[in-house]
Amino acid sequence: MWMLGPVGFTAPLILMALAALPVLWLILRAVPPAPILRRFPGVALLLGLRDKDAQTARTPLWLLLLRAGAIAAAIIGFAGPVLNPEPPKGATDLPLLIVVDGGWADARDWPRRVDQALRLAEGASRAGRVLALIRLTDTPEAPVFQAAATQGARLAGLQPQPWGPRDLAGWAEVLPETGFETWWLSDGLDHPGRADLTAALQARGPLSIWESPRTVFALAPAGFADGKVQIRAERLPAGAQTEIEVSARGLDPAGIERELARASLTFATGQSGAETALDLPPELRNRLSRFEIVGQASAGAVSLTDDSLRRAKVALIGGGAQAEGLQLLSPTHYLRQALAPVADLINGGLQDVVQAKPDVIVLADVARLTQAESDALVKWVEGGGLLLRFAGPKLAASDIARAEADPLLPVRLREGGRSLGGAMSWGDPKLLAPFPESSPFFGLPIPPEVTVTAQVLAQPDPDLAERSIAALADGTPLVTRKPLGQGQVVLFHVTANAEWSSLPLSGLFVQMLERLAVSTRPAAPEAADLAGMTFTAERLLDAFGRIRPPGGLPGVRGEDLADGALGPDLPPGLYADGDRRVALNVIGPDTRLAAARWPDGVPVEGAERPRERPLGGGFLAAALLALMADVIAALWISGRLSGGLLARLSVLLVLALPVAQVRAQETLPGDDFALAATGEVRLAHVLTGDGRVDDLAAAGLRGLGLRLYERTTIEPADAMAVDIERDELAFFPFLYWPVTADQPLPSVAAYQKLNQYLRSGGMILFDTRDAGMGGGTSPEARRLQLIASALDIPPIEPISADHVLTRTFYLIQDFPGRQNGPIWVEAPPADAEEVEGMPFRNLNDGVTPVVVGGNDWAAAWAVDEDGIPLLPVGRGSAGERQREIAYRFGVNLIMHVLTGNYKSDQVHVPALLERLGQ
Amino acid sequence: MTIPADLRARAERLGQSLPPLLAAADHLAGAMVLGDHGRRRAGMGDEFWQYRQAHAGDTARMIDWRRSARSDATYVREREWQAAQSVSLWVDPSASMRFSGDRSRAPKADRARLLALALAVLLLRGGERVGLMGDHTPPRSGRAQAERLALALGADGAEDYGRPETTGLAPHGRAVLLSDFLGDLAGLEATLAAASDRGVRGVMLQVLDPAEEEFPFDGRTVFESMTGAIRHETLRAGDLRDRYLARLADRNARLAELARQAGWQFTTHHSGDPAQGALLWLYQALEAGF
Repeated sequence: MWMLGPVGFTAPLILMALAALPVLWLILRAVPPAPILRRFPGVALLLGLRDKDAQTARTPLWLLLLRAGAIAAAIIGFAGPVLNPEPPKGATDLPLLIVVDGGWADARDWPRRVDQALRLAEGASRAGRVLALIRLTDTPEAPVFQAAATQGARLAGLQPQPWGPRDLAGWAEVLPETGFETWWLSDGLDHPGRADLTAALQARGPLSIWESPRTVFALAPAGFADGKVQIRAERLPAGAQTEIEVSARGLDPAGIERELARASLTFATGQSGAETALDLPPELRNRLSRFEIVGQASAGAVSLTDDSLRRAKVALIGGGAQAEGLQLLSPTHYLRQALAPVADLINGGLQDVVQAKPDVIVLADVARLTQAESDALVKWVEGGGLLLRFAGPKLAASDIARAEADPLLPVRLREGGRSLGGAMSWGDPKLLAPFPESSPFFGLPIPPEVTVTAQVLAQPDPDLAERSIAALADGTPLVTRKPLGQGQVVLFHVTANAEWSSLPLSGLFVQMLERLAVSTRPAAPEAADLAGMTFTAERLLDAFGRIRPPGGLPGVRGEDLADGALGPDLPPGLYADGDRRVALNVIGPDTRLAAARWPDGVPVEGAERPRERPLGGGFLAAALLALMADVIAALWISGRLSGGLLARLSVLLVLALPVAQVRAQETLPGDDFALAATGEVRLAHVLTGDGRVDDLAAAGLRGLGLRLYERTTIEPADAMAVDIERDELAFFPFLYWPVTADQPLPSVAAYQKLNQYLRSGGMILFDTRDAGMGGGTSPEARRLQLIASALDIPPIEPISADHVLTRTFYLIQDFPGRQNGPIWVEAPPADAEEVEGMPFRNLNDGVTPVVVGGNDWAAAWAVDEDGIPLLPVGRGSAGERQREIAYRFGVNLIMHVLTGNYKSDQVHVPALLERLGQ
Repeated sequence: MTIPADLRARAERLGQSLPPLLAAADHLAGAMVLGDHGRRRAGMGDEFWQYRQAHAGDTARMIDWRRSARSDATYVREREWQAAQSVSLWVDPSASMRFSGDRSRAPKADRARLLALALAVLLLRGGERVGLMGDHTPPRSGRAQAERLALALGADGAEDYGRPETTGLAPHGRAVLLSDFLGDLAGLEATLAAASDRGVRGVMLQVLDPAEEEFPFDGRTVFESMTGAIRHETLRAGDLRDRYLARLADRNARLAELARQAGWQFTTHHSGDPAQGALLWLYQALEAGF
């Protein structure tokens, strides 16, 4: 490539043609424009007039310049000029290996990295070198060198992974022995094993590094201290003072994710870390789902939150008055100690705390509850509450749950309880048995010092085994649990203080409370905390910090989760097991960003360089434009450019201009439809795709509309056709849906629209047009069953003689169309009863959302433009009578749709009359 | 007797083309609101002019008895004086009149013929005798004369610029010359002199195409007369415009001067303008002389 300043030429020899330009100049100069021959009678007056100057006998100078410029531009264009051509990387013809880190830290400027890699690939392609590409976040495998073009396509589709490079030493081992040149697009962070890989790469051939100069920001998991949410962020490299915004996001009460709070962090000059505290009310805090650094698209700038920020509201209720001064004997003392740092405690009477909707209510040795308290508690537990009860002397002495099960106790209790290892007993204090696999406590280590000296005993009911979630070594249940509604009731068969056992003194007690989601862990989970649990991913993060669904990720063992080694099997995200939620973030609480240090002599490139830009196309286009201008100029010079030609040229130019402004003026496409549908009352029919049926439906609704207009105060405008896939349904009070056997099923979105329509008071008249023949086995009926299977339709039954449809306008008992079969409407509630003195029952108070029949009503209603019936109905005057009844049914139906069932209110007439009489 | 095979076809073609011209001329003439026709004084004629009391010298035959019976005096019915004039038309048949500066515009000759024929229709309707200069169509009156004129006007001449003939000019009659007057003016001067000798006065109407008035040409151009006999080449036609327009203005001034000296009237009409104005001017100019 031959360089001229910043411009290089791929075919510089063509530039020699520029030497021919002066010759062209002379030729062009010598050839004047050809004259036009004009007939003109006034020539007699022209005779003897001489031209003022003879200069235009030759081509004018500016035209010459234009033409010479066009030719020169064409020559330069063909010479292949390239601005800022990529200098050939290492004049070797070794294979080229491109190494990308491909981790979360790459995501901040991923497109630039791909660009850089593509540039390298293009360079290699030009030089005919083979190319391999490895991403260090993958599992190591030997790189395969291929033609650069194949790899280029792969490059463009490459995405970063939401974890860091994992096994650099492994990569160093799989590198081929043959020599190659390496370009490493580093994310600028130090990763374990980097030195090994660097050494291995240097051993194979020259190594060059490309590093992005952009700062890496990382957001550490939010912690909770002193009643505030602590936010910490790091950056690399630590430069000038910078301020970043951290957005706390979560679900609002409507279930929509939005920003709940925002904090700003300031990195002081030269400091790599910044911290701030966010004071949030508990309601908001419990809604938080993640923090993110605003404007940083990287998984490292996002931190999902889990139970560690959630603090349950726990109500502690101790049994009765307690003796003064016996603080340590208070039934709730240990609970209070265990829960105070990790939960919001509520005190007060039972009735009051139920009002506060706590997550957990702890009853420590409370035996008797009033009926009102008991009812309120049952209701609260069934709504999802966790009732945690502890036994104690009072519970043991009482006789609740003796004979029959108490809803607020998981098991029946035996009288008295038992005492072990006391001075008056022969047995030793009992130890705990290992937790069974079905227990929520499974996997918790059992400290040997935990002993139980007294407990209440459960009756050996058949379901005792399944309700027992912890037992003593001899098998007697220690903790029992039963579900109640959406909530559960848990009973510790010992006291909450150290009176009956040493359990409340041990760490196990806290862990058990944690497993029961009573308390939450204050910091990162220990492996032991999560042992034995299996977590499934709820939401995952991608490298750009975006939330994505978990896909088909299998369950994750709690130990692995606690270990926190991110990888393809354990991508960052939010994992859940039952009520426990653990967030696995790219940046752990202990992660510190460290800059990569490269050995001396390895060139590190990072600064932006101007992009290589081929200029040939521009030059050729300029040459073409100049030649077109020359055409116009030549026409103008020779006087051939008349006004008409000019006008046509300008029209062409205007046509060629983009018509963006015109588009901006267009109204939204749905607006016309909405305006047309809502301007007046409109009946509508669903398009079936069968032109004949659709036409008939339109004609039928036209006929019905005419009758309504003549006879009632409903004055509908022309009926509209509705495409349920495309059009908004909410505008129409009534849809007529003729069912054809080959109608396509509505899409999921259309079903949503239809259900929304039915729920919000719309009515659909399904017409199978088969007169109900065949007992619902006609092709149309089967199609209707298919269509309706996903619709939110209440139970239906054949219309009863006292249905409000029989008297909304006309008193009718038949509902014929062209045929006369039965019709089905929403079934009345089971408790509908006949009112004395009235011929009909007090039926449901809503409009039936569907009417199903097969009487081909549209055919009976159908009229042409002049109001003449389109199709015959029946024979003679009997047929006309049937048509009339069909219209009356239509009128009744529309009345029913538009006015509801106020006619049903006649059931109240006797009562009203009676009241008037007094 | 042998008849040229195409005579009949040509005659038919002519017959087909002439009625439209005549119809157009009729139409044009009919659109004129003639406010001032007639001689406005008593004299020989057919039209009623006024009743006046009989006085000495009136013969008994002149008395209008019907009018006189209504009063005590006797009345004479006077008629409006109507004198038939001979009007000779000349429409330049030369090639230069076949020029049109724009495809959408008819040639100058069409306009000139239309004007001439419309004027003829008007005059014939007024009872004048109208003919063409030259020997072929002497002035006559009557509706049929219009058709004869239409036929005679259809002839095209071969020469570049026309020169009016002086034969067939009725003494003390009127003459109407319609041409572009772009050729040699010597012929026109001779004609005017001959006409003045016979006591003939008249009007000259110069029919020009707008292109001839504007000279909208530019660039290297070879100008040619309509027959190709005269050529003039220029490299920049635009430069010639001012000088051409000056020459055209000179010529028009010269024509106006000639007309004034001979007691004629002269104006210029552009084929791009409506014909109505020109016809009105022609008619009034002729009227003024009567």
